Amino acid sequence: MPKRSDLRKICLIGSGPIVIGQACEFDYSGTQACKALKEEGFEVVLVNSNPATIMTDPGFADRTYIEPLTLDVLTTILERERPDALLPTIGGQTGLNLSIALAEAGVLDRLGIELIGAKLEAILMAEDRAQFRQAMADIGLRTPRSTYVRSMEQADEALVAVGLPAIIRPSFTLGGAGGAIGETKADYLEKLEWGLRQSPKSEVLVEESVLGWKEFELEVMRDQADNVVIICSIENFDPMGVHTGDSITVAPAQTLTDKEYQRMRDAAIAIIRKIGVDTGGSNIQFALNPENGEIVVIEMNPRVSRSSALASKATGFPIAKIAAKLAIGYTLDEIPNDITKATPASFEPTIDYVVTKIPRFAFEKFPGADSRLGVQMKSVGEAMSIGRTFKESLQKGMRSLEIDRYGFENLDITDEELNDRLKVARPGRLWAVGEAFRRGLSIEVVHALSKIDPWFLHQIAEIIAGEARFQQDGDLRRAKRDGFSDRRLAAISGVTEAEIRARRQAEGILPVFKRVDTCGAEFESHTPYLYSTYEQECEADPTDRDKVVILGGGPNRIGQGIEFDYCCVHAAIGLEKDGYETLMVNCNPETVSTDYDTSDRLYFEPLTLEDVLAIVATEKPKGVIVQFGGQTPLRLAVALEAAGVPILGTKPDAIDRAEDRERFVELIEKLGLRQPENGTARSVEAAKRLADGIGYPVLVRPSYVLGGRAMQIVHDVNELDTYMREAVTVSPEHPVLVDRFLPDAIEVDVDAICDGETAIIGGIMEHIEEAGIHSGDSACSLPPYSLPRYILDEIREATRALALELGVVGLMNIQFAVVEDKVYVLEVNPRASRTVPFVAKAVGLPLAQLGARVMAGKKLAELGVVAEIEPAHVSVKEAVFPFMKFSGVDTLLSPEMKSTGEVMGIDREFGRAYAKAQRAAGMNLPREGTVLLSIRDEDKSRIVEVARTLIAEGFSIVATHGTARCLKDSEIPSEAVNKVPEGSPHTVDLIQQRKIDLVIATTRTGDPVAVRDSATMRRAALEHGVPYFTTVAGARAAAGAIRAIRADAVEPLALQDIHRG
Amino acid sequence: MTTENAAALVLSDGTVFHGEAFGATAEGVGEVVFHTGMTGYQEILTDPSYAGQIVCMTYPEIGNVGTNEEDEESRGVFLKGFVVRDHVDFPSNWRSQESLQSYLVRHEIPGVSGIDTRALVRHLRTRGAMNGYLVHGAVDLAQARTYAAELPSMEGRNLVDEVTCDQAYTWSEPPYGADAANLAAGKRYRVVAYDFGIKRNILRELVGAGFDVTVVPASTTAAEVLAIDPDGIFLSNGPGDPAAVPYAAAAVRELIGKRPIFGICLGHQILGLALGGTVHKMRFGHHGANQPAHDLETGRVMIASENHGFALDADSLTRDPEIEITHLNLNDQTVEGLRHRRLPLFSVQYHPEASPGPHDTAHLFERFRELIESGHAEA
Repeated sequence: MPKRSDLRKICLIGSGPIVIGQACEFDYSGTQACKALKEEGFEVVLVNSNPATIMTDPGFADRTYIEPLTLDVLTTILERERPDALLPTIGGQTGLNLSIALAEAGVLDRLGIELIGAKLEAILMAEDRAQFRQAMADIGLRTPRSTYVRSMEQADEALVAVGLPAIIRPSFTLGGAGGAIGETKADYLEKLEWGLRQSPKSEVLVEESVLGWKEFELEVMRDQADNVVIICSIENFDPMGVHTGDSITVAPAQTLTDKEYQRMRDAAIAIIRKIGVDTGGSNIQFALNPENGEIVVIEMNPRVSRSSALASKATGFPIAKIAAKLAIGYTLDEIPNDITKATPASFEPTIDYVVTKIPRFAFEKFPGADSRLGVQMKSVGEAMSIGRTFKESLQKGMRSLEIDRYGFENLDITDEELNDRLKVARPGRLWAVGEAFRRGLSIEVVHALSKIDPWFLHQIAEIIAGEARFQQDGDLRRAKRDGFSDRRLAAISGVTEAEIRARRQAEGILPVFKRVDTCGAEFESHTPYLYSTYEQECEADPTDRDKVVILGGGPNRIGQGIEFDYCCVHAAIGLEKDGYETLMVNCNPETVSTDYDTSDRLYFEPLTLEDVLAIVATEKPKGVIVQFGGQTPLRLAVALEAAGVPILGTKPDAIDRAEDRERFVELIEKLGLRQPENGTARSVEAAKRLADGIGYPVLVRPSYVLGGRAMQIVHDVNELDTYMREAVTVSPEHPVLVDRFLPDAIEVDVDAICDGETAIIGGIMEHIEEAGIHSGDSACSLPPYSLPRYILDEIREATRALALELGVVGLMNIQFAVVEDKVYVLEVNPRASRTVPFVAKAVGLPLAQLGARVMAGKKLAELGVVAEIEPAHVSVKEAVFPFMKFSGVDTLLSPEMKSTGEVMGIDREFGRAYAKAQRAAGMNLPREGTVLLSIRDEDKSRIVEVARTLIAEGFSIVATHGTARCLKDSEIPSEAVNKVPEGSPHTVDLIQQRKIDLVIATTRTGDPVAVRDSATMRRAALEHGVPYFTTVAGARAAAGAIRAIRADAVEPLALQDIHRG
Repeated sequence: MTTENAAALVLSDGTVFHGEAFGATAEGVGEVVFHTGMTGYQEILTDPSYAGQIVCMTYPEIGNVGTNEEDEESRGVFLKGFVVRDHVDFPSNWRSQESLQSYLVRHEIPGVSGIDTRALVRHLRTRGAMNGYLVHGAVDLAQARTYAAELPSMEGRNLVDEVTCDQAYTWSEPPYGADAANLAAGKRYRVVAYDFGIKRNILRELVGAGFDVTVVPASTTAAEVLAIDPDGIFLSNGPGDPAAVPYAAAAVRELIGKRPIFGICLGHQILGLALGGTVHKMRFGHHGANQPAHDLETGRVMIASENHGFALDADSLTRDPEIEITHLNLNDQTVEGLRHRRLPLFSVQYHPEASPGPHDTAHLFERFRELIESGHAEA
C-alpha cells in the first residue's frame, strides 16, 4: 500500500530531558522518524523540551518547539499548527502519556488530528494492566497472577491472592518508577504505600513474583497489511527481578531451542495483533520458568523503546525509521532494507555475531542510595558490544563501560562478601561471578546463588580458565580470539599493555573488521557498519578518501551524556560538508552517533586505546577528533598522539596546559588574569598546609575529572581530613587540587570557537545558582540576566586571550566566577562542552559543526563566522535530577554533579524563559498559594526581597521559626511552623497535607546536622511534587518567574520563528 | 592449535579453512551450504533434505541447548559434516538430553569449529555453493583439494533413494505441545505421504490438521497409492535435484486430478516437473528461517523457513495458463508456490511445518484439508 496522500503535516512529541529510564534512545528514534517523514515530503512539527537532542536541531523538523511537555502547552501548539496526525510512539513513555492525555482531553478529536501508528484503544490496552491481563487471557497467554490496589485497605486481600514475595508496580510510570519487591509483610506494606504515591492515578498492581525465572524480550513490527516480523530476540543475563534496563542483555537469545523460540514468537505476534498496534514496533517481555519452559507475558510497550534502539543497533534494522514509514501507510515489503539495498524490510534480521549490552550505574554520585537492583531501573547508561562469540562480546562490553575495567579483574573481597555479591544483584555482579570461578566455586553453586543461567556461567568459567591458560602457555592468538583486552593480558602476565601490543604486531595477531548486515552475509552489504574480531577475513575495505575519525563519548553517565553525542553527530555533519569521509567510533547503543546513517562509516567498538589504534591502523585517517566526545576520548589523546596518531585541532599539549593545575597557574599569570588562590597537593599533609594558607572554605577535588566526581567544599580541617581519607586516594600520581572557595560568586560559562588566529564567543551563560554548585547542575541564562556590560566585556577579552595563547583550534569552554566586580578564571577546557547544544540553539549557530570544520583546517572567516551573536530573546537551561529514583537520597546540590539531563526555556525575557524551563523540568511554578520558607542564617537577609515579591503576588508564607522572626523584622507576615526535629506539626506534615505550593529551603551544606535535619523536608517536597528551591539565587529567579507568568500568559515559540533572518 | 584436534574444510575451488575438530572423527564430503537460522540446529541436522551436504551455520554459537528426542526430524542424520564458528559443549536447556558433541559422535558426523564462517559464507555467496571435504587431523592439502574438486555435483544426483523409508508405515504423533483432546474432534481424512526425505514435523502437522497418515517410500507407484484409496496425497521435502528422481514426477503425473495433492519443497518441485515445468540449480540456494514469501493473492508477506538449492523456472510453468504462481520470494523473485486453476493441487517451496523456523504458514495444512473437503462436498 502506498504512502497516504490525505496526510500533510505530522506532529511528533519527544521524550524530554534525559532521565533514568529515558535517555538518548528517544533522540535516536525521534531523529530517525523526523528524517523519514521529511524524506517522504511531510511537514514535521516537533515538540521536545530537551535542547541537547539532535532532533531539536532546526533542520530536522519544519516547526521545532523547545517547550515544556505538558498538556496545555501541547494543546496550544496543536491549535496553532493544526497537524493532520500525531505519531505517539517515538517519544518514549513521556510522548505516549502526553498523547493519551491529548486524546482523552478531546483535543485530538476537536482539532481533527489522527493518532497514527497506534490508536488510543491499543495504547490503553497495552498500558493499563487490567486490560492487558484480560487481553492476554483472551488469547490464551498467561500473565503473572495479580490484583489491583487503589488504597491501603485493599493491601491484605491482594497479598492473599498473590503471596510473598510480591511485586509492586505503580500504573502509568516510566522506567518502572516506584516498582519494588515486597519480601516480608512489613516490607510489602511499606512499598505498597510508596507505590501508590508514585502512580499518577494512585493505582498499584500487586503481582505474583517470578523472581529467578529467565527473562526474554522480542522486538516486533507490524504493518497495516498485518505483516508481522520479529526484529530481534534478547535474553537477559540477569534473571527476572532485575529491571531489563539494569540487566546485562544478550542478543540473540542463547538458550532456547527452535520449538521454544517459535512458541515465544507466536505469542509475540498474537499479542501485537490482539493489542491492535496498527503499525510500528513493540517490545514484549516474557519470563520463562527454567524448570519446565512455562512462559508468562510480563509486559508490552506499544512504542519504540530502549530495547528497540538496542535491537536496531544489534541487527542493523532501523526500527524507528521503518515504524515512521509504516505509520504513513507503507507496508514492510514496500520499504527497502538500507543495508542490503536489494532486499525489502519484510524479513527477519539474522545475525552472525553476539551482542552484549551492559548497564552503567552512578551510585557513587548518590551516597546512601540503595544499590540493590530491582524492578525499578537505576542505571544511567549502557554500553553495547559486538563479538563473534559470547566470550569476545562480553569482554568487549566490559571494557566499553569505561569504569577502568578491562576484563575480569580480581576482586579483593572475602568469601562471605563474594557470596553476598553473587546472591544480591548489584552493579558489578559480573565481576563477582568471575571471581567465584577464580576461587574454584562450581557452576552449580554460582547458579544456586545468582540464578544466572548455567550457559552464561559456563562461558565465564571458560574465560577465567582462559586467563590461567594464558599465564601458562602465553597463546596470544587464542586469548585475543576469546576477547581478552591487551590490558587484561598485560595485567595477568605482569607486562605492560604496550608489550602485549608489540608482541601482537610482531606475530601478526591483528583484528579484522566484520560488517553488521542484517542477513548473516547472505546478501552484499552497502552500509559500512563494522565491528572488530580476531578472524581471517577483513571486510573493512577502506576507501582512499580523506577521512576523519570522530571518537564518541561511550556509555552515558552523569556528567557525560547526550550533549557530547550531539557534538559528535555535528562533527560528522560538518566534516561531510567539507568533503571528508567521516568515521564514527562509539559503543553507546542509545545514541544518534551510532546510527549507521549519521556518518560514512560506523565502528561500533570500545573506546580504549587498543580498539581505537586498530581502527586507525586500518583506516589511516587524516586525523582523529578527540575533543567532542567528552572525557572518554580526551583521556586517550596523549597516548594516541604518542602512538603517532594525528590529533585534529587543539594539540594535546594545550589540553594538558589547561588541565594540569601547575601549568594552568603559569598560563593565568602569563596572561595577567585572575584565579582563586589554589594549589596542588600530593599528600594529605600537603593538602592541609595548602588549605591553611588559602583559608577555609576550600574546594577540593582530584585532578582530571569531569562531572565534578568527588568534588567537595570543605569548611575546616576535620572535613578536609575526612575527605582526604574517604573520598580520594591522594598520591604523587593522583594529586588533589585545593582551591579557595568563592562564596556568593556568580558563575559564568563561556563557549567559544577559535581557529588559532581568531576567537569568537559562541555564548556567555550566567548561572542562576551560585558557584559551589556544579555547573552541570546549575540553571543558566543566555544572555546573562544580571551582569553588567563591562564585566561581560572583561570575560570576552579573557576568553580570547586564553584561546589564542593556548592555540585552540576548535571549541573551548571557560568557567568564570564573578565576585564583587572581579572576574576569576575557574577552569579552561579546550574541547566541546556540555553546553554546546544549548548555546547552538540559543544563538542559532551550529557551533559543533563549525568547530569540527575549523579543526580540519577551515578558517572562521571562510565559514562566515565573524562575530558573536547576541540574541534578542532569552534562553534558560535547567538541570533535571534522578532523585526520585533513589529513595532516601538528599536532593541538595553540591559541587558533585548529579543531574542526568537538561531542559530549555526560550522567551522574550528572563522571568518567562525561566518559568518555561522550570516547567519543562517538572517544577510547575504555582501562580498562587502558600510558600514554605526555611532559610539558613547566612541567606536570611537575601531572602527578604524574594518574600516581598511573593507576598506582592498574593502568596501567603509559612516559615520555620528563625526565618519567620527574620521576616517579621522586615515586616513580612508569615505563619511559623516547626522544623522536623522540633516535632509535629512540622514542615513535612504540611507538605504531606498538600498545604504547601512552593518550598524554598536553604541549608548550611557544610553542617552535617543541619543537612540531616532538613533532608526529610526536601525529600517530602520532591515526593509530593511540590516545586522546591534550595538556593537563594534559584528562589529569586523563581519569584521573578512567578511574577512574569502572572503578568502575562506564556506562549510557545518555534525555533524557526526565533532565528528567522 | 595442536594437530590432534585440528580440522579443515577444503573447498573444490582450492580454498581451505582451518579449524578445530569436533563431533565424530571421520571425513565428510558434500556440497557446502550455509544456514542463516539462529535456532534449530538439531532439526537441521536431522532434516533428510541435507543429505549429501556439509552445513555451515551462520550463527556462531552452536550447541547451546544440546539435543533432545522431541526435536528429531527423522530417524537419523543425513548431512555429511557440520561447520560452526564456536562449538559449545555445555548445553543449558530444560529439555536437553545429550550434548551436541556426543550426539554427533553417536551419529558419526564430523564437525569443524573455529573457522571464519562468515568468510566461508561470503565465499559461497560470491562463488556459489560448491563441494567440500571436511577432514580431521593432519591433512595433505594438495590431495584434499584434488579430492574436493573431483566430487560430483549436486545436479543429477539422486539422494532421495538414500533417505526414503524402506516400507510404508503409519504416523499418529501430534504436533509438539498440541492438545490431544482437540485433535480427536472432527472428521479425519486419510493421506498418503510420499517420503522423499520427509520431516517428522510435516507428519505431526498433518495429524494435527485431521489426517490419518500413511507414509510410503519414494518409489511407490501411482497404482499402489490409489490402491490405499487416500483422500489426499502429500509430496514431501527431500534432498537434491528433483530431476534426478524421474520416477517420482512420473508417478505424480498419474495422480494429478485423481486426488487432491499438496507438495512441500522437493515435493513442490516434483509436482512442478509433473506439470511440465523445469528446474534450475540456484547459486547458493535458500537455507534459513527468515525468507519473505510473498502471497500474491493476499499481498501479505509470510516469514518462511526454506531449504532448497533448486527452484522451479517460472516461465516453464506459466506456459500452461491453468497453472498459477501463488507465491514469490521477495528477495530474488523465485517461485515459492503454485496451484492449478482447475485441478485440486497446490504446493509451496518453503516449509509450512517450520521446525526450524516460524509458524506463519502453518495454516496450509488446514488448507489441504479444506481442499479435500471441498472436493467431497462437490462429489
